[in-house]
Amino acid sequence: MADLTSDFLGIKSPNPFWLASAPPTDKEYNVRRAFEAGWGGVVWKTLGAEGPPAVNVNGPRYGFIHGADRRVLGMNNIELITDRDLFVNLEEIRRVKADYPDRALIVSLMVPCEEQAWKDILPLVEETGADGIELNFGCPHGMSERGMGSAVGQVPEYITMVTEWCKTYYSRPVIVKLTPNISDIRRPAEAAKLGGADAVSLINTINSIVSVDLDAMAPEPTIDGKGTHGGYCGPAVKPIAMNMVAEIARNPATAGLPISGIGGVTTWRDAAEFMALGAGNVQVCTAAMTYGFKIVQEMISGLSQWMDEKGHTRTSDFVGMAVPNVTDWQYLNLNYVTKASIDQDACISCGRCFAACEDTSHQAIAMSGDRKFSVIDEECVACNLCVEVCPVENCITMVRQAPGTVDPRTGKLVEAEPADWTAHPNNPSRVAAE
Amino acid sequence: MNSPYTPGIVPGRIDPSDLQENFSDLHPRFQAHEASVAADRCYFCHDAPCVTACPTDIDIPLFIRQISTGTPEAAARTIFDQNILGGMCARVCPTEDLCEEACVRELAEGKPVEIGRLQRFATDTLMAAGTHPYTRAEATGKTVAVVGAGPAGLACAHRLAMLGHDVVMFDARPKAGGLNEYGIAAYKTPDDFAAKEVDWLMSIGGIRLEPGKALGAELTLDALAEAHDAVFLGVGLGGVNALPVEGGDKDGVADAVTFIETLRQADALATLPVGRNVVVIGGGMTAVDAAVQSKLLGAENVTIAYRRGRDGMSASRFEQDLAASHGVKLMFNVQPKAVHGNGAAQELELEYTASAEGTLSGTGETFRLAADQVLRAIGQTLTTDAGLDRDGGKIAVTGAGRTSRAGVWAGGDCASGGDDLTVTAVAEGRDAAMDIHAVLTGGT
Ligand SMILES: Cc1cc2nc3c(=O)[nH]c(=O)nc-3n(C[C@H](O)[C@H](O)[C@H](O)COP(=O)(O)OP(=O)(O)OC[C@H]3O[C@@H](n4cnc5c(N)ncnc54)[C@H](O)[C@@H]3O)c2cc1C
Ligand SMILES: Cc1cc2nc3c(=O)[nH]c(=O)nc-3n(C[C@H](O)[C@H](O)[C@H](O)COP(=O)(O)O)c2cc1C
Ligand code: SF4
Repeated sequence: MADLTSDFLGIKSPNPFWLASAPPTDKEYNVRRAFEAGWGGVVWKTLGAEGPPAVNVNGPRYGFIHGADRRVLGMNNIELITDRDLFVNLEEIRRVKADYPDRALIVSLMVPCEEQAWKDILPLVEETGADGIELNFGCPHGMSERGMGSAVGQVPEYITMVTEWCKTYYSRPVIVKLTPNISDIRRPAEAAKLGGADAVSLINTINSIVSVDLDAMAPEPTIDGKGTHGGYCGPAVKPIAMNMVAEIARNPATAGLPISGIGGVTTWRDAAEFMALGAGNVQVCTAAMTYGFKIVQEMISGLSQWMDEKGHTRTSDFVGMAVPNVTDWQYLNLNYVTKASIDQDACISCGRCFAACEDTSHQAIAMSGDRKFSVIDEECVACNLCVEVCPVENCITMVRQAPGTVDPRTGKLVEAEPADWTAHPNNPSRVAAE
Repeated sequence: MNSPYTPGIVPGRIDPSDLQENFSDLHPRFQAHEASVAADRCYFCHDAPCVTACPTDIDIPLFIRQISTGTPEAAARTIFDQNILGGMCARVCPTEDLCEEACVRELAEGKPVEIGRLQRFATDTLMAAGTHPYTRAEATGKTVAVVGAGPAGLACAHRLAMLGHDVVMFDARPKAGGLNEYGIAAYKTPDDFAAKEVDWLMSIGGIRLEPGKALGAELTLDALAEAHDAVFLGVGLGGVNALPVEGGDKDGVADAVTFIETLRQADALATLPVGRNVVVIGGGMTAVDAAVQSKLLGAENVTIAYRRGRDGMSASRFEQDLAASHGVKLMFNVQPKAVHGNGAAQELELEYTASAEGTLSGTGETFRLAADQVLRAIGQTLTTDAGLDRDGGKIAVTGAGRTSRAGVWAGGDCASGGDDLTVTAVAEGRDAAMDIHAVLTGGT
């Protein structure tokens, strides 16, 4: 049986599945139940500075995108950081950590961008015995209007500065949580590293409006006739989050910087994908909010089954394994020629491939009078559209053209040697071959 | 060549290839795509009602989620952890009365998640790999005698073996499996699944099968108790009730369980004789199975004659509809009066019934049905209690199958409590094993 034990920054947990800082980790009651359910660690709901706590709206705070059968595909929220007293939270954290020494317990923090504010709170957090802190530089609504959250996360210099303060006044690992609401995710990650961060975690939520009530003419969730942009998360954001994780993992300036992957993790497979792209562990929020804490059981059984099948004995065996295969477009092999191929026995004659290719691609599928569909190799550019719109899995597949044959579309010989854009004749700034 | 219209009880009424088709899988196996679509309908309910409704408490939402995420093998583990005969149960459980009846989507839309078929998808996937997912704990040095290798005995033996005990499993018959092998309708478990499942289950090791040894004949309870640290009885209900009416012993009158057993053990369905006009007396699963299989063998007219109303039938509505869809006629509120015929049955005389204040009585109005074959499916009985206390017609048990004699447990159809279902027998066998383990390893 695969060993799921995770060691992230020296913080041990029985599995790499942590709950992200959010309502599931808002208080002792939830966190204890999460640990009982099997979660490896939690990042406590973000704490603010001493004093009157943040307040939340008293109307709805969530908006959703559903599939036809009400499967939750995406979610947004306009919730702020904890609305409970700092000292109540700290005392609960201390108690829970004492009772669950084998689980990871990280404290998320967001205080004003002033050294004194950090100097005040960090010793209090240190005393709880928690395993580390996560700096919430990501919250895109409410707090950012007050100069915190993503307002800090969007300015690399601030990230460096605050991280340095934390490394000065706190002895345990410091994780910097990044906002995706920025054009180049590598910059804040570099800034965090520069400030001495032990790791980055990403993504926090994405600015969004999920729906508009066309009767009230207001965005949802609607509070007394008005709405605001909220943070988007859940399965829908996973592709965006994974790209950002991979960008940081393959950036030479941040290569090797530990990453905690967040954004749409719902199943063991999502977790394995994030980890293959360089995340040392993953954090989960929406999936727990949709299905409850019990889903971690599937994540555990699924990941260990897959690891057994692949012969991985520890999670570190496959973390980052896909990173070397993430590259820039210009390095993709242009001599790799494929053609779509339709399995006539599997085809159910729906014609979706035809509609897609005929109307929006390269007119490379022929339709006969008796609804037989076949690929015209002379036209097929191998875009993959038909493969993905076909309702039958594996009915249409991409078949590689053997080197030495002639591509009927271009009339050119398929070369065995790879060649990419950097040396392509059409590239004005090509580097000479040889 | 015979046809459905050939009089008497004869074989080969329909074409052998049609026969083959008739007895193929009732619910064919899900393809992977179908399974993922079916699994997607599960809401992953909290404290799910389907789990409560399953006698073996399988964590249904978890296993369905494991199917959704592409790990049917993990799903199978979740099933087998609770129910080692999860493969058979996926085929034979009356899910319409159990998990699927409790499904919230049954309540919402009248269309439950297809739990049984999903369970089969998962268990088939793991069993097809040909490996056994459990290993035995360190040997305890204790031995347990399990009498009866039906679902109760098999579940008990497997759990005990897993916990490190050595098990000797005795059965009166030549093959293990109990009614899985000899009783369940052929179209619910084609391709010799019952025997394959027994082999797979036994491959955990530590279980020695001793076929052809019956308690009350070769074996006595005293000797078994003497030679082993504990005894579990899962002997089922081997006896059948006679038809207490005039002519009830004529040729052509037979017991439905034996009829089905012959069918299950037949090498060639084309050699099996069946009547032209078959009447099955009874209202349970056995009645439905006997009637449907008679029809599938090519009988022209098959009738189920049941003495109470439709609601009184213990066969589920699904089973009743299954019978009706095969062309079986269901007659309610009729009871047998006499079997007529010169030596062999030709007609069955029935009387209408009415019930007043809970008691059923004949109305006096009678009629006759053509019947060259009359099958009795009017209940089974315990054949041996081995001197143990009884409760009703069964061995009295308390808690996890403890009988009136210390060191002797019982479960399944032969023991008091619970419905007479495969899944209930599995639950009782498993629970008794846990209790035996607790006692043998120092509990009370
Ligand atoms: C025709 C028919 C159809 C059914 N269909 C279904 C169905 O579709 N779904 C469902 O859930 N349930 C069904 N049932 C009920 C189900 O088969 C039983 O509830 C279940 O098999 C009980 O398991 P068991 O282990 O208690 O007994 P059994 O399966 O009866 O096994 C008892 C075993 O003990 C052996 N034995 C008996 N006496 C002795 C002795 N003296 N010494 C040694 N061995 C002995 C027998 O040979 C047998 O192998 C059906 C029953 C019948 C009769
Ligand atoms: C209701 C809600 C509240 C959240 N509150 C916080 C927070 O206080 N601090 C924080 O760092 N992230 C917060 N998040 C962001 C999550 O921690 C996480 O980064 C994000 O939801 C993406 O993960 P997911 O797709 O698994 O939900 C919140 C998310 C939600 C849905
Ligand atoms: S989830 Fe709980 S707190 Fe939220 S609206 Fe429903 S009842 Fe109220």
